[in-house]
Amino acid sequence: MSITTPALVAYDDAVRRYDPVIGIEVHVELGTRTKMFCAAEQSFGAEPNTQTTPVSLGLPGALPVVNGTAVEYAIRIGLALNCQIAESCRFARKNYFYPDVPKNFQTSQYDEPIAFDGWLDVELEDGTVHRVEIERAHMEEDAGKNTHVGGSAGRIHGAEYSLVDYNRAGVPLVEIVTRPITGAGERAPEVARAYVQALRDIFRVLDVSEARMERGNVRADVNLSLRATPESPLGTRTETKNVNSFRSVERAVRYEVSRQAAILDAGETVIQETRHFHEEDGSTSPGRVKSDAEDYRYFPEPDLVPVAPSREWVEEIRATLPELPQARRRRLHDEWGFADAEMRDVVNAGALDLIEATVAAGATPAAARKWWMGELARRAKQEEAELADLAITPAQIGELQQLVDSGRINDKIARQVLDGVLAGEGGPEEVVVARGLEVVSDDGPLLEAIDAALAAQPDIVEKVRGGNQGPVGAIIGAVMKATKGQADAKRVRELVLERIG
Amino acid sequence: MTDLTRLSAAELAATLAAGEASSVEATRAHLDRIAAVDGDVHAFLHVNDEDALATAADVDARRAAGEELHPLAGVPIAVKDVVVTQGMPSTAGSKILEGWIPPYDATLVERIRAAGLPILGKTNMDEFAMGSSTEHSAYGNTHNPWDLDRIPGGSGGGSAAAVAAFEAPLAIGTDTGGSIRQPGAVTGTVGVKPTYGGVSRYGLIAMASSLDQAGPVTRTVLDSALLHELIGGHDPRDSTSIPEPLPPLVEAARQGALGDLSGLRVGVVTQLQGEGYQPGVLARFHESLELLTKAGAEVVEVSCPSFDYALAAYYLIMPAEASSNLAKFDGMRFGLRVEPTDGPVTAERVMAATRGAGFGDEVKRRVVLGTYALSAGYYDAYYGSAQKVRTLIQRDFAAAFAKTDVLVSPTAPTTAFPLGEKLDDPLAMYLNDVATIPANLAGVPGISVPNGLSDDGLPVGFQILAPAKADDRLYRVGAALESALESTWGAPLLSRAPEL
Repeated sequence: MSITTPALVAYDDAVRRYDPVIGIEVHVELGTRTKMFCAAEQSFGAEPNTQTTPVSLGLPGALPVVNGTAVEYAIRIGLALNCQIAESCRFARKNYFYPDVPKNFQTSQYDEPIAFDGWLDVELEDGTVHRVEIERAHMEEDAGKNTHVGGSAGRIHGAEYSLVDYNRAGVPLVEIVTRPITGAGERAPEVARAYVQALRDIFRVLDVSEARMERGNVRADVNLSLRATPESPLGTRTETKNVNSFRSVERAVRYEVSRQAAILDAGETVIQETRHFHEEDGSTSPGRVKSDAEDYRYFPEPDLVPVAPSREWVEEIRATLPELPQARRRRLHDEWGFADAEMRDVVNAGALDLIEATVAAGATPAAARKWWMGELARRAKQEEAELADLAITPAQIGELQQLVDSGRINDKIARQVLDGVLAGEGGPEEVVVARGLEVVSDDGPLLEAIDAALAAQPDIVEKVRGGNQGPVGAIIGAVMKATKGQADAKRVRELVLERIG
Repeated sequence: MTDLTRLSAAELAATLAAGEASSVEATRAHLDRIAAVDGDVHAFLHVNDEDALATAADVDARRAAGEELHPLAGVPIAVKDVVVTQGMPSTAGSKILEGWIPPYDATLVERIRAAGLPILGKTNMDEFAMGSSTEHSAYGNTHNPWDLDRIPGGSGGGSAAAVAAFEAPLAIGTDTGGSIRQPGAVTGTVGVKPTYGGVSRYGLIAMASSLDQAGPVTRTVLDSALLHELIGGHDPRDSTSIPEPLPPLVEAARQGALGDLSGLRVGVVTQLQGEGYQPGVLARFHESLELLTKAGAEVVEVSCPSFDYALAAYYLIMPAEASSNLAKFDGMRFGLRVEPTDGPVTAERVMAATRGAGFGDEVKRRVVLGTYALSAGYYDAYYGSAQKVRTLIQRDFAAAFAKTDVLVSPTAPTTAFPLGEKLDDPLAMYLNDVATIPANLAGVPGISVPNGLSDDGLPVGFQILAPAKADDRLYRVGAALESALESTWGAPLLSRAPEL
């Protein structure tokens, strides 16, 4: 353990000489009303230790009973990941002493997962597809939460005392374990990130979890090893625990590639260990030392009968699975007729749902894309916000586009309407009325402005009369300026040419 | 006036229903009896007098108001301290739970309360139900009412002694390897281990989850049937609870008491007799077989060869499960908490100090055994092999029940031994359960019926085993044997127990 880590190898250099192999374990907290094994409610942010029963507190005599909804959610996840669903599977006890585990064992599936042997096609930002093989998805319960008080930075070391909140103890989890992900090469960090993101999207569509990374609904452990070539046997891996954002997943892989490459370059061996990820600088550091090679003394949970989902039930669940994100993207791509690159940009910008809803509100796909990927993307960037967080709804964009299509406002005015909506002045229609932005269609005032413009620029009038229509834009511009942009440019052009005769 | 403590539960229930005595009178009579004799017997760890009398008064009032009551309403009961009772101490005989007052009731306690049975108190037991003599209680020995210098059996010695000493007409026991039946045998009482899953385990402080089962401790077979029907039946809070309704047990007991066993095939298990069994125990056993034959049963011998390995398998499976079940006793949330006097006070060290101080030797022995049996590299050889033996035992039972309706054996190999005799010899202690353990490993039900006194003047028991979910057969055969025995004796066996 006293090996000092040599300086990191630059990432590009590392992946030129080593083949990275990743493995990812993702835990997702299921959004069931009650816990995995008892009737305690589970919701985020409740007062500590108010969401408990004798079961989730591990009181003497209490017994677990499996939450049927959690099983259904686990099967949904398994099916969405193209897994086999076990005909019968048991829970086991994972024995270890820790205050946040009320029984001092975690009830978890061990050698009999509910779902196994699946795969997920993961799409990278440039459209490349990488197939990730799923070894298993199993059910288990979450632990409580320790808070260390006193000492430094909330760490247990040096703390004066610790508090335990058992609200989270017993919250249902599904853990999804990949087989070693090979063949990603230098794109391993991207693949890792895209995989976790794809899972998150699937959890949401399946409606099995809120899947909010920042609340810890989805947590990833990232395994990484290097080998000399894709033909070499797998190298020694490290497991970086609790990497809890997409970006962090990517950074953790990059860091471990660079770190392990340096160790291998120095002729040392990588130590198999768990590591912590540090958000501040993207580095990892050694976690618990597995000194007594943790022996969890797994054995089948005798308090629970096996879970045996009938084939009919599994097929019923399969039949009611919603359209999965990738299939939906492909369908919308076809329906909208966007170019591949356009579609990728839409997906990467997180605008898919917004555009779909805007189309549903009456806009054409092209118009919807133009708004969300153009003007609105620009404003979101200015405000450093997500598109979805802008104070305007797809329905309002649909309404705005209809105002343009009907000729009541023009594109330029539409941007002012957008300002109004974003400023909270109401919907597009209200803003148009309140700000008096409706296109001027009465020719009277327009003709006055045109006559004034013609009078001001006799030379241009001459040129146009002489058959050169090019400079007419200057007249139109002057008219638009005079009418503060409220005139319909097409009509102005018609009238100008008429006047000049 | 009748001594209410001498009545069986069924008789007392009839007396209450007829208005010849009130539940308050019955409850007070038992509390008085406890006050008079429990100093010698020490069956109770906690006497619940006020609450019991309040329940009794409530039942009396409801009866006076003409309310329809459960048949056992108003009949007092004692509950083994391994069963959690809201508002009442529940120590499981361990220092580690001293002072803990559970915030909830076990399902069977809920049912007892709902039926209006006054709970007299909590009975003594081997710590966490680990033992066959109640000497492993952290709260002192219980004495056998037949001879105060002898053990009352275990782990449920308190419940058996309370019933034998007329301190309670009914009691709840739990049976993981014989803890209801063996105390029944050595105290001259009836004890039933129901089919696994027949009585909810919710609220039983677990020793070995796949073996534990709660059941009745009474003085008559009919009383056991009455209590069994009250506490049994499906409970959604216990995943291993049997969904189907219980077979009619009281009816079976009444039927059996008529004494006709024509057509019944009784199997004598070769492996559960002979060497290691006291001559007096065997003599009573064979006399009882003759009575069954006289009642019309056909007695055959059946061999269950895997039973020879039952004790060994049991002492791997039980400690393995116990080592995990007992992990929760760590001083973090409830019960005893001991901080180390030297060095830092970390959670891990508090857990170690608490467990070191709170557990007795027998508990530690089994936790160590079980931890070892589950360890990586040993799991297959120990726990895995034991589970295979368990399967073989289940097959032996299946084969035997294909040829017979019930299996029989002596309940325990010997009568009650003197206190202290086997305390330092765990193996000799474990051998007490050699005849009762197979039923737990297979999940089948068993009853022990007192069938006389051995040459030493102490009671012995006759064990009847039936296939899973056929608990009614225990009551039919048990009641038939009981009635045949009592007609030869002229009075219940317990009437021959010395006055306390």
